[in-house]
Amino acid sequence: MSPATPSQFGPPKPAPVWLGWGAFLFFLFTQVYAVATSPADAMMGHLQKMMYVHVPAAWVTFAAFGVVLVASLHFLWKEDERADLLAASAAEVGSLFCGLTLVLGMLWGRPTWGVWWSWDARLTSTLVLFLIFVGYLSLRSFVEDPHRRGQWSAAVGILGAINVPIVWMSVRWWRTLHQIQSNPRGLSPEYLRGLLLNLAAFTLLTIWFIWRRYEAARYERAAEHAAQAAALGDNNG
Amino acid sequence: MVSLNSLFHSGLRCKAKPYILSAILPLENRVAIALISAVPNAAPLPTADLALDARGVARRFGARWVLRGINLQVRAGEMVGLLGHNGCGKSTFMRIVATLLKPSAGDCYVYGANVKTEGDDVRHHVGFFSHVPGLYDDLSARENLAFAATMLGFPSADIDAALERVGLTHVTHERVRGFSAGMQRRLSLARLILQRPRLLLLDEPYNNLDVAGIALMNGFIRELNAAGGAAVVVLHDLVPAQGVLDRTVTIRDGRVHVPTADDLLHGGASPQAITLPAGAAGIS
Amino acid sequence: MAFRDDVRRIKAIVWKDLTTERRSKAGFNSVASLGVTILVLFGLALGPDGQALRDAAAGALWLAVLFAGVLAFNRSYQVELEGGALEALLLYPGSRWAIFAGKLIANLIFVLLMLVIVVAVGIVLFQVRIPAQWPTLLGIMALGVVGIVVLGTFYAAMSSRSRAREVLLPLLLYPMLIPVLLASMEATKAFLGGDLLNASGAWIQMLALFDVIFLVATFLAFEYVIEV
Repeated sequence: MSPATPSQFGPPKPAPVWLGWGAFLFFLFTQVYAVATSPADAMMGHLQKMMYVHVPAAWVTFAAFGVVLVASLHFLWKEDERADLLAASAAEVGSLFCGLTLVLGMLWGRPTWGVWWSWDARLTSTLVLFLIFVGYLSLRSFVEDPHRRGQWSAAVGILGAINVPIVWMSVRWWRTLHQIQSNPRGLSPEYLRGLLLNLAAFTLLTIWFIWRRYEAARYERAAEHAAQAAALGDNNG
Repeated sequence: MVSLNSLFHSGLRCKAKPYILSAILPLENRVAIALISAVPNAAPLPTADLALDARGVARRFGARWVLRGINLQVRAGEMVGLLGHNGCGKSTFMRIVATLLKPSAGDCYVYGANVKTEGDDVRHHVGFFSHVPGLYDDLSARENLAFAATMLGFPSADIDAALERVGLTHVTHERVRGFSAGMQRRLSLARLILQRPRLLLLDEPYNNLDVAGIALMNGFIRELNAAGGAAVVVLHDLVPAQGVLDRTVTIRDGRVHVPTADDLLHGGASPQAITLPAGAAGIS
Repeated sequence: MAFRDDVRRIKAIVWKDLTTERRSKAGFNSVASLGVTILVLFGLALGPDGQALRDAAAGALWLAVLFAGVLAFNRSYQVELEGGALEALLLYPGSRWAIFAGKLIANLIFVLLMLVIVVAVGIVLFQVRIPAQWPTLLGIMALGVVGIVVLGTFYAAMSSRSRAREVLLPLLLYPMLIPVLLASMEATKAFLGGDLLNASGAWIQMLALFDVIFLVATFLAFEYVIEV
């Protein structure tokens, strides 16, 4: 079976507009709902509200890098270029939310611990994850040949994903100041409902972002081919 | 497995042309052209009997398709010259056959082994003589060959005999760093002599070689030929290969170019595309 | 039979890498000198108080080894890129992992030799008291170096063949090495500090586990990285 090339894929399936608007409106609703319904926390006061962005952002970060792992494995296995483009799109979106998670973590840490950065295990692991995927995206920008770029970034993506639990384990051993895992079951229902709704909203938004980015990547690739075909007067390249 | 792509690229497209040619060409040329162009239509030939069987081999670099479906079959014992303009993809094709590059589409077999999936088997058969010497500057001539022999799986090969044959006995223990380009080519040839591949891939082998070097190279090609080996030789000048090749093939626009009746009657753009019988390759 | 051929190939690659390295001398000497220079800089940054130096010794030693080692990894492929030797190397029959194993062992020997020099100088500069069970310290050092060299040899196979190789290798490698470095530093630190809490044993086990995981992963992935 010959490896598929983008010109054989036809145009990508566009991300439906209703999904984007739906996700955005749902997100607005869940934010307002969560903030409006949750009482001030006994210890943290209204600082607790930050949880409704921080926790979902962290969750979609890991979900996006999960997509990178699966798509990279699929690319190495099937040599399907679409999987490579999907991995790249997920890595970009994941890095964005990873950065958001870090900034919110620092904003939360300042009033809570009195320092911007406390080398807490989870925050440090997230920072390392961020650096790993900065490396992943840099590698992609430094390699021109698409096949080579695909194979190399897939290898880097897979090793990076393997490294995440290892980093987490070692950093936690090294030092932890953080409160015990904020387990949803430990939360009282008035917080929990808002958090779960926001998790759903963030997941939808992320799907929309990745889909749009993937669509753009497909069009970029198709444009490269069209320009080349036009230049050569070529009808099957 | 022949992909739809390769069918589209080559067989169907070229189908009509050999019949026109058959009226005006002698028999042996017709056989050669039929071998070049008409394969995917018929039941597939037994690939394992062919030294090289390229079926719709295509390769792109970025958005640029360098090869658009090469069909080329080389029988064991056959010596084929590969011609074409600079940048037409000859070297890319050779690198695909040698497993250094993966084809973007199509299939390629060397003595029945698929270059995509059975690379290790292919590498046992193939000897590639490329533009670059592939030697280590800080090792001596003998050390370079000893390393090559071990890597090839012939640790007890006769290195001194190979060195003597390429005329480098006087610099056996000198480091390659001080060698001239021609001497480095000779040392690369000595590595091929150790390997004695069943399919020789020579990419412009006569570059930097003096007259004696050319004779050495041709002697080695003929020797492998006599032992039943095949060769594909990329050339930009047919003169040094005089008397060595059985036929030549031209790559143009990323495909094997089949001369049309126009090309033949009016002298066409590429006279070299005409199949040449052994010994008649002298075009100056 | 095929396996014996691969072992022979691994030996040949190790011999070839070390011989070319030995003959060009400049490589090892400059990398080792850089390691020592980095130690001196750390000493200036952290000293001159003896206790502060001793506390920081483990971290400084490992970072010096890492920063100098990175140069060695790119160099090891640089030799292959001159004159198209990598092409010839890939054309030889036999398993791809044999190439990785050969490069890995050669780099391991190179970095271990450098480590001996850097550690000897570091013990003097950072006023470290050598503990009675010093062979264990050697074991920690060896395990840490294996982790660094495994990932370094793997990532250099990509970075050395791309644009901006000087910046790309550290950018890819350092975040990946954080668990290995953390475990090595902590094990060394606990050990040099007398290991009152018996923490170094756990770190050593962790380090060995990381080495095995990365060794397996890189051996599996190397074929995809070297062939294109």
